[in-house]
Parts: sequence; structure tokens; C-alpha cells
Amino acid sequence: MSAPSPAGSLRAAYGDALVELGGRDPEVVVLDSDLAGATGTARFGERFPTRFFNVGAMEATMMSIAAGMSLGGRPVFASSFAVFAAGQAYNAVRQSICYQRANVKIVASHGGLLVGADGATHQMVEDLGLMRGLPGMTVIVPADAPSARAATFAVHDRPGPAYVRLSREDLPTVTDGSFAVGRAAELRPGADLTIVAVGALVARALAVAEELAQVGVSTRVLDFASVKPFDEPALLRAARDTGAILVLEEHSVLTGVGALVAATTAENYPVPVRRVGVPDIFGESGEPWALVDRCGMSMERIRDEAWELLRLKGKAP
Amino acid sequence: MGEAVPADRIPSLESQALEIRRDVVRMTYWAGSGHPGGSLSVADLLAVLVGDELRIDPARPEAPERDRLVLSKGHAAPALYAALALRGFLPRAELRSFRKLGSRLQGHVDRGTLPGVDASTGGLGQGIGVAVGMALDARLSARPSRVYAVLGDGECQAGTTWEALMAGGHYALENLVVLLDRNGYESDGATEAILGIEPIADKLRAFRYHTLEIDGHDVRQILRALATARETTSGPTAIVARTVTGKGVSFMENDHTWQARAPTRAEAERALAELGTAGEEAGL
Ligand SMILES: Cc1ncc(C[n+]2csc(CCOP(=O)(O)OP(=O)(O)O)c2C)c(N)n1
Repeated sequence: MSAPSPAGSLRAAYGDALVELGGRDPEVVVLDSDLAGATGTARFGERFPTRFFNVGAMEATMMSIAAGMSLGGRPVFASSFAVFAAGQAYNAVRQSICYQRANVKIVASHGGLLVGADGATHQMVEDLGLMRGLPGMTVIVPADAPSARAATFAVHDRPGPAYVRLSREDLPTVTDGSFAVGRAAELRPGADLTIVAVGALVARALAVAEELAQVGVSTRVLDFASVKPFDEPALLRAARDTGAILVLEEHSVLTGVGALVAATTAENYPVPVRRVGVPDIFGESGEPWALVDRCGMSMERIRDEAWELLRLKGKAP
Repeated sequence: MGEAVPADRIPSLESQALEIRRDVVRMTYWAGSGHPGGSLSVADLLAVLVGDELRIDPARPEAPERDRLVLSKGHAAPALYAALALRGFLPRAELRSFRKLGSRLQGHVDRGTLPGVDASTGGLGQGIGVAVGMALDARLSARPSRVYAVLGDGECQAGTTWEALMAGGHYALENLVVLLDRNGYESDGATEAILGIEPIADKLRAFRYHTLEIDGHDVRQILRALATARETTSGPTAIVARTVTGKGVSFMENDHTWQARAPTRAEAERALAELGTAGEEAGL
């Protein structure tokens, strides 16, 4: 294992990638709804003021406007916090963007509980379920800054609607930035157990895998940043090769990646699956990582679930 | 105000509006569902837009420089399909397929399935936002396209309608024209009894629209207002078109129960007779 890398800002990576795209593609425009300083789009606005539209605090209509701007093929990025981009604007995303097959890339910051102090109104843990349920939508959850950068370019190059969820918190660099839509990255090989992780919890997956290695358990870690399209072959290979899957996500377990993994394996290659994520509750104010711990995604809980799976396989005391 | 309207265009557009009304009755009867009231009220506006105002070409329905029409009240779909058929975008025989499985004529308009439809609508309060985006895109691309959005008055109760209107005014979109089908009714009754939108023209002016008030069943007034809008270069235009829900069919006029119900065969025959066709000619 390489030494942990310094934490990087996904939002800054997104903002920098936008500026690069703006230079490369004169058609690109960016919309924000009065959160440009927080989402990372302000950098684009400073550099390309005539192609930046801060439409004010109206997320649903921002999505309809973005759709209208994109129907001739122009790539349009639209940003806000996840709770507003996916929640407040849901039916505009559904009708104006997805049903119209609009070329709009929604990049939502402040996904999940890691928003911390702002509390439950700002902690979106249902967005992946909402967005992956929409026909034609691409859904990406980068685990670190290099992936956020790569995902920004990837959704630009891929025609049609996309939703990219970013964390507010800086996250350690865990990938080599070689993100590709539709492909799960194997961050660590393993034969006894697979951990499927997305976003901020990928780092915890790697940490637990390292601990397990100390006691002779070989753990495969898959970064499922591409939630839709979903790398089903990689998941089913993992099910066959390791016989047990633990899913980590900073999202509601009711509709998130764990639900998807459980359904996909149950249909194709049933193996024991455990889901670590947000149970059927709202978050609350608090220090971001303490909140994640308290809501059921602590290192201890992840270890317990890993051992439970190994016991089910008969591989543990 | 506006250019003089050549008199010869008027009878032709009036007869197109009448044809649209007949088709609305037929289509909702054939489908057994749909929204005749708000489709009849908007028939004259659509006859003039599709039949005269819009620079569109059925041979090149995707031409980038074309004008755009967003029917934000997407439930008036049969009126738009009838108008597009008259303009040659689809065979008239296809009108029979409205709302049927596999048809290009979806219950609410869909831009992906039928050439001539520029935006998919159905959920109210989104079309005007899409239209604002189209107008911004045209401006950025230096394309001459003009964008026309047709709104319902019940739709003016949606907050998103005003969000989008605010953006159109803020960006001073001179290439945007908003037409309000002010028929006075929505699904459950009169707008002013449910949640009043008046004084609507003042509100639109306050949102920075050059606002005109016309009789939305008078083809000459519609043509004149659209000409004025074309000459207005300081910002967007709003046309408040006073209309009658169910216009042209006596028993549907000013009766909100026709908002979303289809005529029976007997009702359709009566309606078509009032619209000047009977028997074989009614085409049921
Ligand atoms: C967001 C949304 N809510 C509810 C409806 C159901 N609905 C369809 S038509 C209608 C009334 C619309 O009234 P108005 O805009 O005045 O249309 P018109 O009377 O001109 O047909 C309603 C509530 C809808 N289509 N979209």
C-alpha cells in the first residue's frame, strides 16, 4: 500500500476542469443558482463571463433553462448543492432534461452527510436513487479530486444527461484519476471478500482492506464511481471470485448502490451482501466525519460487517 | 403599432383555426381522452403561429436557424398536432393515432417523436424555462431564431413560471415572446376563484415584459401583436390573449368540466355540426 495522499478538493478540481473545458470547447456554458462560490463554478465565471449564467436561487428553472440551451447540442453544465439539484429540481430534471434527452451535465456538490454543520435540510442522501431511476441518465460519484476532474471531462464528452455528485469535504486521493464511464476500478485485488464503495467511503474501504490483510484476509476493493451505467461484469466477477460483497456508500441504503448490488447479484449470482450506508433517517448538524460515524458508517461498523460476511462464508471464527 | 396586416392572410388563417378546432374535437373523441377546452381556446393563437409567424420548414424540421415554439401547456397537444398537420409536418390521417400505443402523437407533446415539436412538456411550469434557455442559446450563437412560448393561465400559479419569466426579463431576451392563453379556467374551475392571477398584465410588465393585451380569437389582433413583438428590441414581449375555454363549441364554452374529458360520439357530432361540418363531412 502506498502512503495516504494529501486530501484534495473535488469542487476545486471540478472548477479547474471547467476552466480547461471552456478553453477547449467554445460551446460550453455553465449555469449556477447562487452557489457558484461553493460549487466551484465561479472560476469558470471569472474566466468566461459571457458563457456563465448565475440564474439566482431557482434550481428547478435552472434545469429547464439549461435544457433549452442544450437542445441544439451545446454542452451545458448546471451546478448547485445535491439536495437542490436533485431534490428541489427533480421534475425539471426528469421532464426538461432526461425526457428531452438534453445535453445537460448536472454537477452537484455537497452530496451526502459530509455537509456536516448545516444539518439535515442540506444533507442529501437520496439523490443517487432519484437520479439513477431516470431513463438515459448517467450517474457518477467521484471518490477523489483526480476522479472529479476526469469525470467532468468524461460527462462533457458523452452526449446526453449526466449527474455527478461531489463531496463538500476534501478527500484523500485514492485513484490514479483514470476514471471511465461504465467501468469499476479495481483499487486493490483480493480473493476472500469484495468491498464495493462509492465516493467518500472508498478511502475507508481501502483502510479496512489493509487491516484485514494484516490478519491474512485478501479483500478486493472496487470503486464504483460509475453508478450508471453500472459495471455489472465487474460486480459478477467479484461475486464469483470472492463469494461475498460489502457495499459502502454515504447514501440511503433504501435506494442506493447497495440496493443495486443486492438486486444485481440476487438475479445473476446470489452471494451474501451487506450494505453499509445511511439507514432510514435524516442526518443532523455535526462535525462531518463524526456524523458519518454516528449514522452507521464508522470504521468499526465496516469491520463488523466485513467479519460477518467472512463468517457467513465459513472463513472466520 | 405593428405593420399593416395584408387582408388576404386573414380568411385563410381563420379557416385554419376552424380546421384545428374540428380536429381537436375529432382527436379527443377518437382517443377517448384529452383536453378539449384548453385546446379550443388556443386554436387561433396556434393557427397564426404555426401557419404564419414561425419560420419553419417541414422539409428541414431541425434547421438550427428555425424559430422555436414551446407549448408550455402541453395538454393542448391536439391543437398543435392539427396545426402542424396543416403546415405539412405530418399526414392528416395520422391525427387518428393521437394517444394510441406506438403513435408519434403523444398525449402531451414530445420533441423526440414528432418533427415540428421543439420541446417536451406536460408537467406545467417548465416550458417557459426551456424557452428562456432556447432564447439565450440563440443569442449566444448569434442565430436569428425567435422563441415563442404558449402558457396557460392556471400554469401562472406555478412558481417556476415566474422564475423563468424573471430570467427572461433579467436577460432582456428580445427574441422571446410569451403568449398567455387567458381563458379564465383551469381543471377545477375559474382561475380567479381558485387562486387569482390578476392583474396579470401588470405583473408581466413588472417582470420587464413589453405587454400587449388582445382578443386571442381575433386573427388580425394576433398578427399585429406578433409584428409588434418583432419590432420590440429592448426585451421580451408578453401577449395576454383573452380567450374563451372551449371556444367554438357552445356547450364547452366557459365550462371547466371540458378541461380534461373527451366528447361522446353524440357530443362530438353536435360539436362538429356547430363547427360547420356534419354527417360524412364530420369525418368521425
Ligand atoms: C405540474 C402540473 N400539475 C398539475 C397538472 C395537471 N393539469 C393538467 S392541465 C391543468 C390545468 C391547467 O390550467 P391552464 O394552464 O389554465 O390550462 P388551460 O385551461 O388553458 O387548458 C392541470 C392542473 C400538470 N399537468 N402539471
